Amino acid sequence: MPNNIAVDKQGRIKNRASMSDTNLLLTITILVFFALYAFAVFFLGGSFTKPQSFLNILNNNASLIVLSCGMSIVMITGGIDISVGAVTGLVCMCCAVYLEGHGGNLVTALLIGLGVGLAFGIVQGFLVAHLGIQPFIVSLAGMFFAKGMTTIVSKEPVRVTNESFLAIKNIRVTVPGLGAYNSKTGAYIPAYVEIGVLIALAVVVIMFIVLRWTKLGRSFYAVGGNNQSANMLGINVRRTKFLAHVLCGLLAGLGGILYFLHVGSGDVANGAGDEMNAIAASIIGGTLLTGGVGNILGTFFGVLSLNTIKRIVSSMGFDEAWWSNITVAAMICLFLVIQSVVLIRKNKKRV
Amino acid sequence: MTTETKTPVKKKSRSVGEVLKNMTRHQLFIPVAALVLLVLFNLIADPSFFAVSLKENSLGNPVLSGNIISVLDNASELVLLAIGMTLVTASSGGQDISVGAAMAIAGSVIIRLVCGGRVSVDTMQTSLILAVLAGIGVSMLFGAFNGVLVAYLKIQPMVATLILFTAGRSIAAWINNNQLPIVNDQVFKYAGTFIPGIPIPTPVFITILVILAFWLALKFTNLGLYTQSVGINANASRLNGLDPKMIKLLTYVILGACVAVAGFIRVSRSGSINYSRIAENIEMDAILAVALGGNALGGGKFNIYGSILGAYVIQFLTTTLFKYNVPSTALPAYKAVVIILLVVLSAPVVREKMSHIKKSSKRAKEVA
Repeated sequence: MPNNIAVDKQGRIKNRASMSDTNLLLTITILVFFALYAFAVFFLGGSFTKPQSFLNILNNNASLIVLSCGMSIVMITGGIDISVGAVTGLVCMCCAVYLEGHGGNLVTALLIGLGVGLAFGIVQGFLVAHLGIQPFIVSLAGMFFAKGMTTIVSKEPVRVTNESFLAIKNIRVTVPGLGAYNSKTGAYIPAYVEIGVLIALAVVVIMFIVLRWTKLGRSFYAVGGNNQSANMLGINVRRTKFLAHVLCGLLAGLGGILYFLHVGSGDVANGAGDEMNAIAASIIGGTLLTGGVGNILGTFFGVLSLNTIKRIVSSMGFDEAWWSNITVAAMICLFLVIQSVVLIRKNKKRV
Repeated sequence: MTTETKTPVKKKSRSVGEVLKNMTRHQLFIPVAALVLLVLFNLIADPSFFAVSLKENSLGNPVLSGNIISVLDNASELVLLAIGMTLVTASSGGQDISVGAAMAIAGSVIIRLVCGGRVSVDTMQTSLILAVLAGIGVSMLFGAFNGVLVAYLKIQPMVATLILFTAGRSIAAWINNNQLPIVNDQVFKYAGTFIPGIPIPTPVFITILVILAFWLALKFTNLGLYTQSVGINANASRLNGLDPKMIKLLTYVILGACVAVAGFIRVSRSGSINYSRIAENIEMDAILAVALGGNALGGGKFNIYGSILGAYVIQFLTTTLFKYNVPSTALPAYKAVVIILLVVLSAPVVREKMSHIKKSSKRAKEVA
């Protein structure tokens, strides 16, 4: 059957080509991050030279890293989940209200957080994969629902005073070999990361391994690259899409917990706009919304680049909030154009 | 506009079941059904919802007031956006998520020109028509920016418009140097409120005018046909002599013009602008209106009247929820439930299953 072979062949060619796309875009992302940081260190100096200020980027964005990992996975399968930011806020609020208002214990609170995320993932995954509804509409409804529920759970900000929670929140893990001398007292201050960063890094490593070397991870790419050929290869497309959304929901729950550990309170504004930051980080990291192309490592560097450029802009004297937004937008624009030019040229060459 | 609106030529007498089946298959079934449900709910719960009365407003003009008038009035911006969004969706198979931010930009440009850089003015510094035209021009330029990214650089619409979504409100603030100017000139507020002597809100007239313009454009030009053919198969339409890129770009520019008019109405309502809050989340409502109108979000065939109806249904729902004292912050949760119910009911898989159940029950009856 020549027809079948052709399709198979096409699928394989496409798959191989998209892998090299992945690597190309990843390389660009990592290079840009190092270029940005080197620029900051050489031309702006100041706080950028201190190791702590680099680690603070991680400290402040542990949650975003985890969210972006989930977002990348869904984007690799060709979907999108714009509910993650709102779910983060809802998880924070639920945990905070449970710990403060109901005097609950920490473990249950964290389980509630994960459960909320998982529930969102399962419902959205079912609607997308099994009922065939557009992921954008489904997660749009999810975002609305999470935003509304957050204010229904509590309108007022809830500050958590639970002791065991504060004990975990204030854990500082010192990084050996890094540190700086205080310019006034001369005392050595070791650089530290918060506990959330370790969890986020673990998530990055685990997801990297899952995407690269497990059957599930490979089927994410296959489904995103070409639905039909994945189906012909014997991959259960629906189940794969469903699992991608469940994973994303779970990571959104975990991201919410990390956000909660970082800020220590429940607030309606928590996680607002993080879905767009996560999408931006994924795009900068070389993930294509059309699916099939992407890399968790790139996403990680995407988060770092995004926040490095925000800090560069603010330390260059453009303090107003709007400059940070405009530069982020310019950065997304730049990366989109690079991606599109690279892909268009590649396609032409192949033809 | 769509082939589905054609009634079958066959004059066979049809059973009630068949008529029902044809009805549920019709593209406008979902928005009409939703509207009927909402109206019924309000009729049963509290018929005074539909009361319309003539009251004097703060300026001493007799104006109509009531929930129905408020639905028609407040839905205006959403209707305008839904029209443009339908065209964009049909041609490019994606949605523009920057419309809210672009409305802020258009509003900011208009306010800036009208105020001439001052913080508060009692009379307009520039003629209103000039300011509005400038707003429309700027907004069309931003639409063209989105359009170029989508059509020529082949970036997915949602991602391409993410750029303006992120930067739009900041650009709007930058246009006015982050000041919050206030226009006290009553003439400026005519477009968003009432013209003295006319008891119907002006936005309703503007909306009707725009709808009329699109009706004429769709009837007498090839806009609708070309948009659909590009959305269904860009390559095939290129081989037929169309320029798909140009048509995609055109739909984004048209959306830009719609956005500017909507932005003008919005700033005209209060005579001021709040960059971070103006038209917040309206992009979501606009996309929802398109989906509710039975248009495929993946592009291709479209029905602009479905989207318009969808926009009114959304505003009707919002007003109903407000009437029952649902706090505005909790509103999204209720909306989400409605969205999910609607899309689940209209999902092909669910419809197939439902008709399957009907068929099997019929067969069971026949066997018995």
